[in-house]
Amino acid sequence: MAQRSKYPPLLIVRTLAAWAITLLLFFPLGWLILTAFKTELQAIAVPPLLFFTPTLENFAVVQERSDYLLYAQNSFITSVASTVLGLMLAFPAAYAMAFFKGKHTKDILMWMLSTKMMPAVGALVPVYVMAQFAGLLDTRTALVIVFTLSNLPIMVWMLYSYLKEIPHEILEASRMDGATLWQEFRMVLLPLTLGGLASTGLLCLVLSWNEAFWSLNLSAAKAGTLASLIASYSSPEGLFWSKLSAASFMAIAPIVVFGWFCQKQLVQGLTFGAVK
Amino acid sequence: MAYLELQGIEKEFGDVRVIRGIDLQIRQGEFIVFVGPSGCGKSTLLRLIAGLEETSGGKLMLDGRDITDEPSSKRDLAMVFQSYALYPHMSVFENMSFALKLAKVEESVIAEKVARAAKILNLTDYLQRTPKELSGGQRQRVAIGRAIVRAPKVFLFDEPLSNLDAALRGQTRIEIAKLHRSLGATTIYVTHDQVEAMTLADRVVVLRDGKIEQVGTPLELYDRPANQFVAQFIGTPQMNVVAAKDIQAWVQQMALPVEPDGFLGLRPEHVTLCAAGQGLTNARVELVEALGAETLVYLSTAAGVQFVARQTERTSLAVGMEVGLRIDLDEAHLFDAKGRITRTGKARPTLVH
Repeated sequence: MAQRSKYPPLLIVRTLAAWAITLLLFFPLGWLILTAFKTELQAIAVPPLLFFTPTLENFAVVQERSDYLLYAQNSFITSVASTVLGLMLAFPAAYAMAFFKGKHTKDILMWMLSTKMMPAVGALVPVYVMAQFAGLLDTRTALVIVFTLSNLPIMVWMLYSYLKEIPHEILEASRMDGATLWQEFRMVLLPLTLGGLASTGLLCLVLSWNEAFWSLNLSAAKAGTLASLIASYSSPEGLFWSKLSAASFMAIAPIVVFGWFCQKQLVQGLTFGAVK
Repeated sequence: MAYLELQGIEKEFGDVRVIRGIDLQIRQGEFIVFVGPSGCGKSTLLRLIAGLEETSGGKLMLDGRDITDEPSSKRDLAMVFQSYALYPHMSVFENMSFALKLAKVEESVIAEKVARAAKILNLTDYLQRTPKELSGGQRQRVAIGRAIVRAPKVFLFDEPLSNLDAALRGQTRIEIAKLHRSLGATTIYVTHDQVEAMTLADRVVVLRDGKIEQVGTPLELYDRPANQFVAQFIGTPQMNVVAAKDIQAWVQQMALPVEPDGFLGLRPEHVTLCAAGQGLTNARVELVEALGAETLVYLSTAAGVQFVARQTERTSLAVGMEVGLRIDLDEAHLFDAKGRITRTGKARPTLVH
């Protein structure tokens, strides 16, 4: 190496750039957290306040005014239900496509992906009308169905890319050893794809939790998720910044904490296909 | 009575007929080798017997039972895959005991059987390791052990030595031969390596384009090939085959009963070299390969006909020298225009085992 110094200039530049970008990305979130602990007056102060006496009054107001627990419960139920349902539907599909590839498998996969390219608003009217017709407006059922269907293409793709990596000869060996299809699945396939299922499930969980468009349009008072909670603070009376921040903070806290603990699996799941 | 019988087996992938009518009878305890060039269908045939692919036609009988429509799990066959196909999430012990566990065999019996197989294959110290922690040769032995433990009706091997280096391949080949002698199990072994075929087989099945070219003991195939393809496939270096057209002088001289459009075949060991002018014809040395135990000399006659001569003595021949070719035409195999044998070389005595 030509460089003698421990910290070559290029490395310093790269480090500073990385920090700058990270701070830039983190800034909105960081400001949100700060603002949640300010009073309304402090929140709109010019120049913006960095140091202040924190207060918890916003959280109290949010909890008083709207039923946080109801919204949180709805978010939780719809996310978990859509994840479980999605996995149950996506796994057999991915299995069939990975191990029994036919002439049109590639086309089907491409078509599934293409449905994600349409903006959700394009399907809003038909979905709304169907939900209304079925009497499912403002129900968790409608949200679970819509979330599952929205996430299904991604789940099928992720599970497909995981399953593709498993050599089909291992499954053939289990068949020769006398395993029925169910035994092959339970004792050989499942242990090998547990990582993939976990990553896919986590991703779907996060996507469903953060889903705002359909939550806002298909629900009102009863089935509203935390997205609705946040939205209810952007009122015509004006923007109550600190309360809005507090509500947002309470809405994203659970999933951020959860994601923090599962970040390894999440990253693995998202980047898995990229390396091969 | 045949233990394993294939009757008119056919297999199509879409429009392509990969297996085109195979009839074969295998006796109990026989070691059968399927050999042939790439794409001849030998692995497909093995997979059809294993039940990993469905036949497009024909019948498969095992020990008197029709297993054509039975799933793999019910055929009581064990397969050793080319890539070993060990279960990565299980230890060696669990890999070897998987089939018995599925069959709900008692744990103590399982432990005993696995211990016995592990001892035969020198795997006793590795029973708790996972496949990741094993070398290629060890994984190979676990794959074989997995099959032995089940004591199936037939063992199926799909090119098991292809992924091993040359030294290990030779060693493992001998171990497989010894194993067969001690277990006496019916075995079907697929390989593209004719040395494995010659050394391991009781009988060899030579396949080409989905059809059987010849079935026989290794030496039968060597001494009495049924056609040009088998003659040139078995034996390294390849049998010298020349068109009768190119050697008309000899045909007339020796009154060889070969068709004008036919072919003459000579094994390299039946081509001897002498001083130029003293043999049947002269030839120029193109290449000398000294292998230690034997020497191969590649020659070309004035007319451009190529020959390979094999001799056990070391030679001082060099490229460019002229030598005489002495050919024992009694040893020649004669083929017709389509490559079918019309006269094999001198019958040699076969040693009875």
